[in-house]
Amino acid sequence: MIEKVRPHITQNELLLFEQSSPGKKGYQLPALDVPAVDPAHALGAGNARAEIEDFPEVSEVDVIRHFTRLSTWNYAIDLGLYPLGSCTMKYNPRINEVAARVDGLAWIHPYQPDSLSQGAMEIMAELERCLAEITGMDAVTLQPSAGAHGEFTGILLARALLQSRGNPRKKILIPDSAHGTNPATAHMAGYSVENIASNDRGMVDTAELARVVNEEVAAMMVTNPNTLGVFEQNIVEVAHILHAKGALLYMDGANMNALAGISRPGDFGVDVMHLNLHKTFSTPHGGGGPGSGPVAVKKRLEPFLPSPRLKRVGDQWEWNYDLPQSIGRVRAFYGNFGVLVRALAYIMAHGGDGLKRATLDALLNANYIRKLIEPYYQIAYQAPSMHECVFSDERQAKRGVDTGSIAKRLIDYGFHPYTASFPLIVHGALMIEPTETESKRELDLFASAMVSIAKEIEENPDLVKGAPYSTRTARVDEVTAARKPIVRWKRPQAAAAD
Amino acid sequence: MYPENYRYTKEHEWVLAEGGVGTVGITFHAQKELGDIVYVELPKVGALVEQGKNFAVVESVKAASEIFAPVSGEVVAANDALSTAPETLNSDPHGAGWIVKIKLSAPEEVERLLSSTDYQSYLGAE
Amino acid sequence: MLETIGLSSMEDLAAHLPPAVRFDKTLAIAPGKSEYEILDYFKRRGEENAVGDGNSYANFLGAGVYYHYRPVMVDTIVSRGEFLTSYTPYQAEISQGTLTSIFEFQTMICQLTGMDVANASMYDASTAVPEAAMMAMRVTGRHRALVARTVHPEYREVLANSVRYEGVTIGEVGYDSESGLLDVNDLSRQVTTETAAVILQSPNFFGIVENVKQAGAIAHAKGALLVVLFSEAVSLGLLEPPRDADIVAGELQSFALPPSYGGPFAGVIACKEKFMRQIPGRLTGETRDANGNRAFCLTLATREQHIRREKATSNICTNQALIALMATVFMSVYGKEGLRELALQNLSKAHYLAGKLKPRFSGPFFNEFVAQADGHDVAAINRALEGRKIIGGLPLEKYYSELKNTMLLCCTEMTQRAHMDQVAEVFDGGAKQ
Repeated sequence: MIEKVRPHITQNELLLFEQSSPGKKGYQLPALDVPAVDPAHALGAGNARAEIEDFPEVSEVDVIRHFTRLSTWNYAIDLGLYPLGSCTMKYNPRINEVAARVDGLAWIHPYQPDSLSQGAMEIMAELERCLAEITGMDAVTLQPSAGAHGEFTGILLARALLQSRGNPRKKILIPDSAHGTNPATAHMAGYSVENIASNDRGMVDTAELARVVNEEVAAMMVTNPNTLGVFEQNIVEVAHILHAKGALLYMDGANMNALAGISRPGDFGVDVMHLNLHKTFSTPHGGGGPGSGPVAVKKRLEPFLPSPRLKRVGDQWEWNYDLPQSIGRVRAFYGNFGVLVRALAYIMAHGGDGLKRATLDALLNANYIRKLIEPYYQIAYQAPSMHECVFSDERQAKRGVDTGSIAKRLIDYGFHPYTASFPLIVHGALMIEPTETESKRELDLFASAMVSIAKEIEENPDLVKGAPYSTRTARVDEVTAARKPIVRWKRPQAAAAD
Repeated sequence: MYPENYRYTKEHEWVLAEGGVGTVGITFHAQKELGDIVYVELPKVGALVEQGKNFAVVESVKAASEIFAPVSGEVVAANDALSTAPETLNSDPHGAGWIVKIKLSAPEEVERLLSSTDYQSYLGAE
Repeated sequence: MLETIGLSSMEDLAAHLPPAVRFDKTLAIAPGKSEYEILDYFKRRGEENAVGDGNSYANFLGAGVYYHYRPVMVDTIVSRGEFLTSYTPYQAEISQGTLTSIFEFQTMICQLTGMDVANASMYDASTAVPEAAMMAMRVTGRHRALVARTVHPEYREVLANSVRYEGVTIGEVGYDSESGLLDVNDLSRQVTTETAAVILQSPNFFGIVENVKQAGAIAHAKGALLVVLFSEAVSLGLLEPPRDADIVAGELQSFALPPSYGGPFAGVIACKEKFMRQIPGRLTGETRDANGNRAFCLTLATREQHIRREKATSNICTNQALIALMATVFMSVYGKEGLRELALQNLSKAHYLAGKLKPRFSGPFFNEFVAQADGHDVAAINRALEGRKIIGGLPLEKYYSELKNTMLLCCTEMTQRAHMDQVAEVFDGGAKQ
């Protein structure tokens, strides 16, 4: 076992607690300019803590080395393509980071007077305007913290509108190709879920829809283009069928990267939708968050939007709480402001024309990849792909190799895996979304990796089944992690002497 | 492989009825399909179950599968050993990997389930 | 590339869309701007707020969002592309950086809160509260939650709005008007065998440290769970953690970010070992790889939405990974002694100011307290302070109509003595400029 740390995948790095040593410190505070207070006296003896047991004590050098080494074990957009479907892993522009850190934006308190927060409010108002324009909707709330949160908010809005008409109704229709957050959200909002099967072209079956829509149905949640990357050709008809029975059309905006600038959900019948700023609008994923999930609505849903809302009074912005029909707040304060700044910076950098160009580039890249690998992998549905394409592993499964293993082998070629096994309606799905960020060169490398793996499966399937081989860790034992979960470090007990 | 004195369902559960009590589990085929089992969500003793309705959940790393009751009745015992050793469902699905014991409310349900031969034909056809 | 696909122009890529849905105009958004223009726009917006170069105000606001120094290390580390631009660590083999740091994060939260299990963070404290309440419902099978009125008003609003359709009822427990602590008599009266959870915050919205042990005894006597919230994470450096709690939920903004006009923040939920399978959100676990080396991975994923769908413990998908990383770096830089010293400075500053004013409540407080303005209008006091480039405390009458002419003041290690002296002066001088 190599004890000297080396900047390589074979390095061994201890946890902070294992590197800790009493008396080490990485901080220095200014001296107190007021008398120090005795905690036991001020708080009551029972309230004062003796120490934070086993909390690490490390130096600044320890900290920077530790986290720098850890970072080298991660894949990232800055290193290469992430072909993850419906994740839209596009480049995170660094100008966004600088904008978000402008002192005058980072250091404002949400409770300071409106008159002293006009800059922040102007940013939010401008973003609302841009998002409404892009989606073709009438009003926007920036409160929800992420996509799932936006979904929940959107369904609550639908519920509020229906309630105001006398009956909130009972069911939400969800296609079997939907992302898991959709049914989870519907359930949280007090609705039961009815799954609706896709037709043989992978789209909503309008005949089936017409059969099941009745006055018990509150809404249908669709993703468009759907999770197969295919545009719902009958979306206008879908909206009509729902509206005719007083139901609403909710759109999951996860795939907005296929539509921005070329088609607007508000124009094809969507009543309420959410956006994922951390997908379409380039805010960084940061290993899993933060995100932001604004919700855009048509006029008739506007009175129910979360409170407070921005209101222009003379030449000033104000936070307006006088919203008698509002569903109330869905979180404290106003939204993930730091993320909103980044999204607005992205929109400003592209402009109206640029957003459309980015969308077309995303479509181009996905279709290019599809063309290159279609001879080797079974395309799930023949319909034209938009920003992502979905294959099935059925040809490879005949040689005993499934999509999960192909994904792991892709790592050896230097790429992050695509989305495996989703959507559930495709057997052994391979879901690939390159985004507009990628150059032809990167796409060619990706395609040739996929082709090479397909050939490996023909000649030596076991090689693929045992992947990955070139990573810092070999395949990780997720089974034991789930059977006997260890979710924190504990100080090892000294060996007991018998 | 599939004991003669057990009865089976198309959802891959088995039941062994003895003296008005049915011991219930999942079949060898089911555990193979599920892969390594990491957790079993057991019903409480005293719970009432209905034939065909979900009464337990079996989890592998990537999936959670509902287990449907092959017979109706009251849960009189749950196999707590599965909490510490869920892998028993994989290693001995027809024996030590039993899930619950149910006091049968409608013993005639058992007769209408598949016999060992019929279940194996069903598997062959699947 | 178009040739490879068999198309002749970029527009052809969208040609298959039905004509009725095509947007053939240009979006009404100004043409793309350069880096310099973009930065200029945001700098000017920054100047229109009461902080920033040449315009800095001192700020005595707290109320769930706190001003703390940020070690330079925090941004240095999270700005690394491998952290900033990486995805959720579903592929463990190429995400050991993120996973290892989350494991450390989970551990440190357990150490701070006295719990056994902590998840990899929630959106923020306000949305962690309903998640904690739902957890208690699942564990106990009961449907009523009792919430202290001294829990942050916006957290209570979010709780009410979030659980409305889950068959949950919420009751409110009052506070003692002299001490500012939870009214334990009111609590005892209201807790029954139908209560799933008793929810209180410590330090509470008034800044006062609650008697968690006592509340715990009352809750547990009837089989209810005790949920303890915190909004000022720095308090955990000095305060005995709520060891009697079954679930702890709180806000980590103090460890990671400046106030940022309210977000993005990071909430956290932690609990006792026996509730591990009911905790929402992501969990990272320790395991081995095929060669026997220690490795980390996401675990217990079967609780989550992508597997259980409508039966999931929550619909949450993202966690606040980057913010949690910022908090982890912050906690590493300060460490065991540093967090304590930091908390001590906060305590000392707030007590200095309180000593010059009239605290409304007698209960013990950490870095926030409610000041009573005798005979003067708090709005006038704040206006006078603004004239001196000081943003005063939060007037409380809007949230608690019985607390007329009071404001919630917060002092942290960033607060300067000279500004505190000015606040005292304005209070004394009857809001004269």
